[in-house]
Amino acid sequence: MRDRKSRVVVALVAIIGVVATGTSSARTTSHRGGTLKLLAKAAGGTLDPQVNYTLQYWQLYQATYDGLLAFKKAGGSEAFKVVPDLASGYKLSNGDKTWTFTLRKGIKFSNGQTVTVNDVVASLRRIFKVKSPTAGGFYSGIIGASKCLKVPATCTLAGGVSANAAKNTVTINLTAPDPEFTYKLAVPHASILPANSPPNDAGTKLLPGTGAYYFASYNPNKQLVMKRNPYFKEWSHDAMPDGYPDQITQSFGLTVEAQITAIENGQYDWTLEAPPADRLTEMGTKYAAQTHVETLTAFWYAPMNVNLAPFTSLKARQAVNYAIDRNALVKIFGGPKLAVPSCQVLPPGFPGNKPYCPYTKNPGTTWSAPDVAKAKQLVNESGQKGAKVTVLSSDDEVNKAVGVYLASVLNQIGFKATAKTISGNIFFTYAQNTKNKVQINVQQWYQDYPAASDFLHILFGCESFHPGSDSSINIAGFCNKPINDEMHKALKLEQTNFPAANQLWAKIDKQVTDQAPMATLFTPRHIDFVSKRVGNFVFSKQFYWLVDQSWVQ
Amino acid sequence: MSGAIVDEVLASPGGDLVIAAASPWQLARRRLLRNRVALVMAALLAVIVTLCLCAPLYAHHIAHTHPFQSSLDATTIVNGKRVPVMVQSTEGLGLGVTPIGPTWDLHHYFLGADEQGRDVAARLLYGGRNSLLIGTAAALITCTLAVLIGVVAGFFGGLLDGVLSRFLDLIWAFPVYLLAISLSTVLIARGISFGPFHLESGSLLLPITIIGVVYIPYVARPVRGEVLSIRRREFVEAAIGLGASNWRLLWNEVLPNVITTVIVLFPLMLAIDMLTEAALSFLSIGVQAPQASWGTIILDGQDVLYTRPAVALAPGIAIALTVLALNVLGDGIRDALDPRAKLRRTDKES
Repeated sequence: MRDRKSRVVVALVAIIGVVATGTSSARTTSHRGGTLKLLAKAAGGTLDPQVNYTLQYWQLYQATYDGLLAFKKAGGSEAFKVVPDLASGYKLSNGDKTWTFTLRKGIKFSNGQTVTVNDVVASLRRIFKVKSPTAGGFYSGIIGASKCLKVPATCTLAGGVSANAAKNTVTINLTAPDPEFTYKLAVPHASILPANSPPNDAGTKLLPGTGAYYFASYNPNKQLVMKRNPYFKEWSHDAMPDGYPDQITQSFGLTVEAQITAIENGQYDWTLEAPPADRLTEMGTKYAAQTHVETLTAFWYAPMNVNLAPFTSLKARQAVNYAIDRNALVKIFGGPKLAVPSCQVLPPGFPGNKPYCPYTKNPGTTWSAPDVAKAKQLVNESGQKGAKVTVLSSDDEVNKAVGVYLASVLNQIGFKATAKTISGNIFFTYAQNTKNKVQINVQQWYQDYPAASDFLHILFGCESFHPGSDSSINIAGFCNKPINDEMHKALKLEQTNFPAANQLWAKIDKQVTDQAPMATLFTPRHIDFVSKRVGNFVFSKQFYWLVDQSWVQ
Repeated sequence: MSGAIVDEVLASPGGDLVIAAASPWQLARRRLLRNRVALVMAALLAVIVTLCLCAPLYAHHIAHTHPFQSSLDATTIVNGKRVPVMVQSTEGLGLGVTPIGPTWDLHHYFLGADEQGRDVAARLLYGGRNSLLIGTAAALITCTLAVLIGVVAGFFGGLLDGVLSRFLDLIWAFPVYLLAISLSTVLIARGISFGPFHLESGSLLLPITIIGVVYIPYVARPVRGEVLSIRRREFVEAAIGLGASNWRLLWNEVLPNVITTVIVLFPLMLAIDMLTEAALSFLSIGVQAPQASWGTIILDGQDVLYTRPAVALAPGIAIALTVLALNVLGDGIRDALDPRAKLRRTDKES
């Protein structure tokens, strides 16, 4: 009996060993093939790479579309490097105002059509024709862009973009040197598409790309399917490496709770959504090996409308900044492993960041504790005590909780605040439009590219404020002429002296923080929760998890 | 039920039969007092209402918590030890902050905390006040307007009846929850303005008005039917023959006979209104934070359902008990006011 018992134990140990080895090998041995099954609560809108401005699809465009240049497909900060993609290289001339790109030969779109210089010219024009959200912000420096911005339908970029088919080159002329232009050409809005692509937002229509995968089908109510591009041959591992899975799907409709359970059960492989707060502890303990936490260059902030009472008053805005307990917000976000308190615009480690925090008990470089007494005093001095304030937030769990917390803080310091949530589908554009009279709201900003201007100039520059428009990313409506002039000075300085420009951006960061058009809340960290069968998890700081670089068994 | 004196045969303590004179209201009260189930439910309802009314007393003098203020850094006492209300995970990757669960100590987070570190028990009582207030006020609006419309339509008939009946049909044509959700979604962002009157989006009057309006046909139609029937009764014909004015007919003959229908429907409407309020608040288009209702607390609880189910369960149970009590009490009132209805039912069942 005893002997038999020990044999059973040995057999069990052997079985566990085999299972464990199998599991481990699934995660460590490379494997080409299979279907990687991703989840999202809802579709991310249009699939047009020159129109879509969501992280959800930008992440997928990394494997489907190419630009002349690309951010390197690598882990960590290496991903901030820009490398030649469809162009084999480029030359600068005319005082860095003329960029001449040489196109690689033999690259084909997923429909079999060869990429030509005409496709490049047409794609650059198409940015304006489809009214890409960044057409004015990123590409207005191209000669002819101002005309295209006024009359998009007839955009030719005459004098700005030209092609030489014989030499296989494309020339872009700028009105002024732009040291950030390489970044701007490496984001999905500058994707190269066939010249015969529709001159309007393609919506759910599938546009051929040059990447390792192509979009095979898209039903926004159900699923997005990516398959291997049959015409793809790797030309640059840094720019567009070949992927591992044969097929990548993103399914829509499950609740976040159900998504986490499905991944735990191995039915799906990853979710786009931030995990619910009540599942974090379980994920960090039972599923620690499947949970990846990464630092981000992003910030959560609460823009305050400087053109609408009570936040027309600087003291009222500063009061909000003093009153917020950033540690409390960190708790809402999941604890100190997932967020770090912050007071300024530029995130830690970002170009131009110089730690600065005036809104704390002991002002200096880091936030320590809220100063509610000072906040109450400032509200009294502002003459806005008792003013009615509505805190608007998106209706997802964390945003809603932050909105409720802010309303609580505002009530504590003398305002009469209520928290209101609206659907995440319309929140971003609703908050931007001044017609909706949003006083204060909860926002996040994730870098488009690693330059201080992407935070300071985009979010708080006069050029980003368009009253009455759904596309007014300067949500606070902050337009301070001296500070805006400084921003232009910094942008110009970037052309000659990047370190000196970053010094100037640090000064601007301080000035904007002092003017408090927003309350910076915290710097978030990013959680990716993957299934057991996912191996080779590579996290790019630029575009996050490189989906196609993971394999599934 | 025109207020006439009715005789009832009662048994005296000596065993003799006594003929007692009693008004219909007295008879109804006696019948209601004999219905033990209805009385138990009335008592339960009274307890719930009393507890909710005592919310400030509980929050400020017993639990010492602020139910509308986020308290993420708060601490409390459990088994004699001071502990944080929001507990940071220290195991594994150290992810997640979990609110404290029920302590079953009335003085210290009796039902635990929600995701903002707020005392669930205190919020439950405050939320109950709002839910009951909205339910009652909405039911009053429904019944008042429904009686007005139903009586006018049924009594005057003709074109007026046609217009009012089509208006009721129009509201009736929409699924009631869909209508309430649509109105709330549109109005919650901007409020309502009627000339000088403005209801702000965060005001409780907004859900009260919306819920009160969408249920009007549910009461107005039976009232209109009752009025049509009363209009042809002999005592009304007699009053007309005696030269009574319309106003007198309405006030003295029709309304007193219709009021019993409304009294029967009121607790049922109150229950339905409370359920609707909970649904709207759960969808974030009813009561707005930082105010609470049972619906908003269930919504808050959804975020911690996995780790702290008590946050959603407690208001869920409170709604279920209140609605059960109101429905049973409503049935009891109906049986008391219209014993023939019970007899008709019993005949059918047998």
